[in-house]
Amino acid sequence: MLRFLLSRITLVIPTFIGMTLLAFFLIRIVPGDPIETMAGERGIDAARHEALLKEYGLDRPVLVQYGIYIGRVLHGDLGKSMITQEPVAREFFTLFPATIELAVCAILFALLLGIPAGMIAAVRRNSVFDHGVMGVSLTGYSMPIFWWGLLLILLFSVQLGWTPVSGRIAVLYDVPPVTGFLLIDSLMSDDKGAFKSALSHLILPMIVLGTNPLAIIARMTRSAMLEVLGEDYIRTARAKGLSNIRVIALHAFRNALIPVITVIGLQVGVLFTGAILTETIFSWPGVGKWLIEAINRRDYPVLQGGLLMLGVVVMMVNLLVDVTYGIINPRIRRSSS
Amino acid sequence: MTTETITAPPAAAAPPGPLREFWGYFRANHGAVGGLVVVIVVLLMAAFADVLAPYPPNLTNNAVFLQPPAWQTGGSWAYPLGTDAIGRDILSRLIYGARLSLLIGLAVVALSIVVGIALGLVAGFARGITEIAIMRLMDIILTLPSLLLAIVIVAILGPGLMNAMLAVAVVILPHYVRLTRAAVITETSKDYVTAARANGAGVFRLMFSEVLPNCAAPLIVQASLGVSTAILDAAALGFLGLGAQPPASEWGTMLADAREFVLRAWWVVTFPGLMILITVLAFNLLGDGLRDALDPKLKR
Repeated sequence: MLRFLLSRITLVIPTFIGMTLLAFFLIRIVPGDPIETMAGERGIDAARHEALLKEYGLDRPVLVQYGIYIGRVLHGDLGKSMITQEPVAREFFTLFPATIELAVCAILFALLLGIPAGMIAAVRRNSVFDHGVMGVSLTGYSMPIFWWGLLLILLFSVQLGWTPVSGRIAVLYDVPPVTGFLLIDSLMSDDKGAFKSALSHLILPMIVLGTNPLAIIARMTRSAMLEVLGEDYIRTARAKGLSNIRVIALHAFRNALIPVITVIGLQVGVLFTGAILTETIFSWPGVGKWLIEAINRRDYPVLQGGLLMLGVVVMMVNLLVDVTYGIINPRIRRSSS
Repeated sequence: MTTETITAPPAAAAPPGPLREFWGYFRANHGAVGGLVVVIVVLLMAAFADVLAPYPPNLTNNAVFLQPPAWQTGGSWAYPLGTDAIGRDILSRLIYGARLSLLIGLAVVALSIVVGIALGLVAGFARGITEIAIMRLMDIILTLPSLLLAIVIVAILGPGLMNAMLAVAVVILPHYVRLTRAAVITETSKDYVTAARANGAGVFRLMFSEVLPNCAAPLIVQASLGVSTAILDAAALGFLGLGAQPPASEWGTMLADAREFVLRAWWVVTFPGLMILITVLAFNLLGDGLRDALDPKLKR
């Protein structure tokens, strides 16, 4: 087991180094002189240019610059935003809870709808329900979610007036940040309206972000269930006279869950990709919106740091899924060590 | 090949050719045929945009800002799907948009499939340090959220259609490299490759005329699914203002322009997105059908 763990962790190290290389050199590819790019159209005089080159360490050899960069990264220093002058790491961790809250709610939404839908579709194979689930899921998989968000706003916010258009909570509520997760914070605060407001702001972004994972999870659950339902031990369980519900819920579902768990782990990257679009549409104050704003302001340190941090988060989740999978399934553990 | 002759109906005098057999499988999948029809319609729209579109895509008309579609009050059949904020005909822009979206989808996939096959062949044949370097790089690209990486690439190269296409091509590249490498490794251990090698075939001959044709099926399937990813990602970049630049009639860019009018003019947001959805859905259906038809082993 220890050997398996170690082998997985050593695999992560070259990926991490590669990611820092990518983050470091991508910024160097920016055409033209970085100082002049930062200065923008106003231009800059020669002396100030020289001083700034020194300040950012851009006069040193590239390899030395990379060494300094990776040393800083390992100490948690991702540089300063060129606009706000705040440390990038601090900005990231201030905004990240909002993204996590949205992502967790979206994946819960996808699981709570997707797994039952996939199971019922598998059990009633080729029924109208099955065809319906597969059709909806293929549509959800093909959905441009930035358009889906606009449509939902059009229907629920504009036509019906049920939900707010943007933001995380109405301005009149001032919830003290304890955990950073507004649903929890507002529930703990005395103001009863705050939780309701936070929830109503969350619903549409959650559906939008959950749509792609929902489609994938429903499809995956269905095909995993179909495979398991054809196994001998299911026939045995039925032959023993167990009720249909018992066979499906206990014998089939538990075994079908393994591939589904893997798929859930793989959704983290999809969720972050979706979060960038969803947060932009709903003005949700998370890291996705922050990154898009950084691009529009040409704030390269933020872009560099944000890319690296999100990459590391995805890498860690993948590692976690890998390890969990190894714990659940001894065959994988043995074959890799 | 032998399994195919076995599955062929015994009544037939001669076994059906590979194309006919493929069509037989493909036709059985109604979704795939539907997808194919839609893809052909969009292709025709793109090809004959000059004839089909009632107006040039960028022609503005001062008299008709944000005119609703024909069936709503205030609409007219001169502009069947209404007009946008500066009086351009939405229908015409959608038809011309098919050109851009298909161009993006096909060019991106063509680029990443050529580069991907080359890298995959090199990794599969060279092994050792070359393979490790290539595959590690692909792992890193796969680890980063795809749209985020594409956004960063575009942010650095500068917004625009070409750079957006390049970024999306980089993002979908690992799939082709991995597929090719895996297929190469499986195939090179087979007897026919050993036989060809014993006959004195060079590495290039082995790569391109022995191994590659036998890896084609998964690559074709992935290419069809890749077109849908490319169209979707390029539209997302356009929506974020990083892809095709206005006044280009790219569907994602049209949505970005329409965003501020979402509260007063539903038609300017609804139709471009609908086109993206229908086209992407069609390519996904087509890809699923191709997979079932080309590789009956994968059939569930």
